[in-house]
Amino acid sequence: MEHAAVAQHAVESGSKIQDLAWAILILPLVMAFGTAVLIPKNRSLSAVFNISGVVVAFLLSFTLFCVFGGQSADATPFHWLPVSGLDAQIGLHIDALATLMLMVVTGVGSLVMIYSTGYMHDDRSYTRFFSTLSLFVFSMLGIVLANNLLMLFVFWELVGVSSYLLIGFWYEKPSAGDASKKAFLTNRIGDFGFMLGILAIWSVAGTLDIAALKAQFIANPALLGPWAGLAGLLIFMGAMGKSAQFPLHVWLPDAMEGPTPVSALIHAATMVAAGVYMLCRVFFLYTATPGWPAALCFLDGISAATIITCIGGFTALFAAVIAVQQDDIKRILAYSTLSQLGLMVMAVGLGAKTGDASASMYHLVTHAGFKAMLFLGAGSVIHACHHEQDIWKMGGLRTKMPKTFWTFALGTAALAGLPPLSGFYSKDEILAVALEANPIFFGVGVLVTVLTTFYMSRLVLVAFFGKPRGEGADHAHESPASMTTPLLVLAVPSAFIAWLPLGEFLSNHFTPGHAAHGGDILFGPFNHNPIAAFFGLGAALFGFSLAYSLYGKSPAQDPLSPKLGLLSQAMRNRFYIDEIYDGIVVPLHNLLSQVADAIDRWLISGLAVRGLAGVVEIAGRALRLVQTGSIQTYAFLFTAGVLLIVLLALK
Amino acid sequence: MTPGLHHYLIVSALLFSLGLLGVVARRNLFVIFMGLELMLNAANLALVAFSRYHNNLNGQVMVFFIITVAAAEVAVGLALLVALYRKRQTAHVEDLTSLKL
Repeated sequence: MEHAAVAQHAVESGSKIQDLAWAILILPLVMAFGTAVLIPKNRSLSAVFNISGVVVAFLLSFTLFCVFGGQSADATPFHWLPVSGLDAQIGLHIDALATLMLMVVTGVGSLVMIYSTGYMHDDRSYTRFFSTLSLFVFSMLGIVLANNLLMLFVFWELVGVSSYLLIGFWYEKPSAGDASKKAFLTNRIGDFGFMLGILAIWSVAGTLDIAALKAQFIANPALLGPWAGLAGLLIFMGAMGKSAQFPLHVWLPDAMEGPTPVSALIHAATMVAAGVYMLCRVFFLYTATPGWPAALCFLDGISAATIITCIGGFTALFAAVIAVQQDDIKRILAYSTLSQLGLMVMAVGLGAKTGDASASMYHLVTHAGFKAMLFLGAGSVIHACHHEQDIWKMGGLRTKMPKTFWTFALGTAALAGLPPLSGFYSKDEILAVALEANPIFFGVGVLVTVLTTFYMSRLVLVAFFGKPRGEGADHAHESPASMTTPLLVLAVPSAFIAWLPLGEFLSNHFTPGHAAHGGDILFGPFNHNPIAAFFGLGAALFGFSLAYSLYGKSPAQDPLSPKLGLLSQAMRNRFYIDEIYDGIVVPLHNLLSQVADAIDRWLISGLAVRGLAGVVEIAGRALRLVQTGSIQTYAFLFTAGVLLIVLLALK
Repeated sequence: MTPGLHHYLIVSALLFSLGLLGVVARRNLFVIFMGLELMLNAANLALVAFSRYHNNLNGQVMVFFIITVAAAEVAVGLALLVALYRKRQTAHVEDLTSLKL
């Protein structure tokens, strides 16, 4: 390999090309702070500043990708907190996964920023938007590059904070403020588990360095012993929060309150992918020998990976069903993202059997491309329809916004999994893995594909075909070039990424030296696993024909709702999950807070603080009586004291 | 019978006790002050007696100094008392309890 030779040369000569990773990481941070501190008023300069920062980061990422290929390398680490027993480093690790994710994050990031110059043009907090986006990119790059779990966790939280700032960007709207709080708090639940998992791993393995952990696990797969299952699940809880898996999925649809470019960047391509990426980074945890502590012995025989598979599969199906009856264009895409993330998580769980999570990572990369494009397309539609988000008030946009329509249609086809678009190949890999590992999850995958194609076709048919149903759609016109260009650029990887041997590249990372499928990439799926490929394709076609039969004649209202009756109501209300949480979590929380309040008020403040003060005060009042103020008493007592001391001394 | 050391010490102790009684029992500040002087001179007497007993004149020299300094101290003390009397129109300790809260 030429790449390998170059990388080897770089390592030997000590020129440390991998230190470029530091530049990639720091650049967006510098831009974020520079914008916020130096030019908070200069709109155009701040846009140029931040965009150029992320674009340069993308170019550097591309350089790293070309130099290192699938090789792994470590940039010079920085010893952050060396204490006995733990050397907390800020160190950057580059491998196949990291370089690929770097390109996804910075690539989508720069396109979203360019798009934002159009979309956010009239916003008065224009510069704040760009600096927060840069801050987000910085945090995300930290997750991608982290070489140890502690640093990963720190940046994990930073992503939480910056997504909080971005979801609540229009904080004057109460719904946006609520959504940002909801996202942050829901993520905190997952992060708490993540932190416990990190502590569990540290207490057993004694290191948090991912490479060192991996080496330990390879040497001894039963390293964690009875803690393996629990640690795996706790770490997965972090992914459950960020990647919005059931039952922590509730924040993602609400997060659509943020500006649409934000949805495209963090709720389609990067932040929600962080969970899946993290699972791939610590994949060795799930291929290790499973085990449970005695208290959880009923889980014996089930590995953490199995539970992950179930949660992923359930989320995929659950979200896809909800998406079928949503009317808000962004919410459909949000549930679609949930569903696709579920598929990825499912693929991680299934991959644990063969030790290869490349299908999940592959789908993550392709999905990042076309889902970002779909979100940006939705943003373009919303922008054109004067902030109308209900698809039943759109219609006929196909001729009015041709660029948006064609890219949106391409994204839909990719998401549905039509060859030769990217989505087909990555989804096919997941289906193939599922078919090998467990036919039930293969069924789930196929069903999700049918539903995905159905709701996406519904969205396209209702919003872009037929006649305009609303005022906004009537006056719609194509968005400016700053918005359509990123769409067109994103269409390229969505269409052609399958021509690159990405799947092979990734599976080489997980199982080095594994015999590749080889042969023709484009028709590969039909050769090496025809059942999965034909089922995937068939499911997509079936879903489309179903959608066409219902929505092809551009009805004014959803013809499916009356047919489904109560079920439709449940789907529209997201199966009442939010209401259930309202009914359980809120009273529970109120009860807890009342108990805490009582303890604070009566025990801590009452008994401990006021009690102590009261005792001191009473003692003081009693002792004050001793002080008569009369000099003679003092003189008398003084003499008596002296006499006492003399007597004692003489004794 | 020539008076020995213990005679002097007994006189000194009696003087000291009388002075202390004056300080503790009397109410007038001037009398208390006089009591204090009595106690001081009782101590001086004991010092002179010890000095004589040891055949060492250092103690007697010391007493001279004490008497000199005590004269100055009496002057200051009396001045304070007069000032206090002018301000409060009283020299009785019962009226001077403003140290109490």
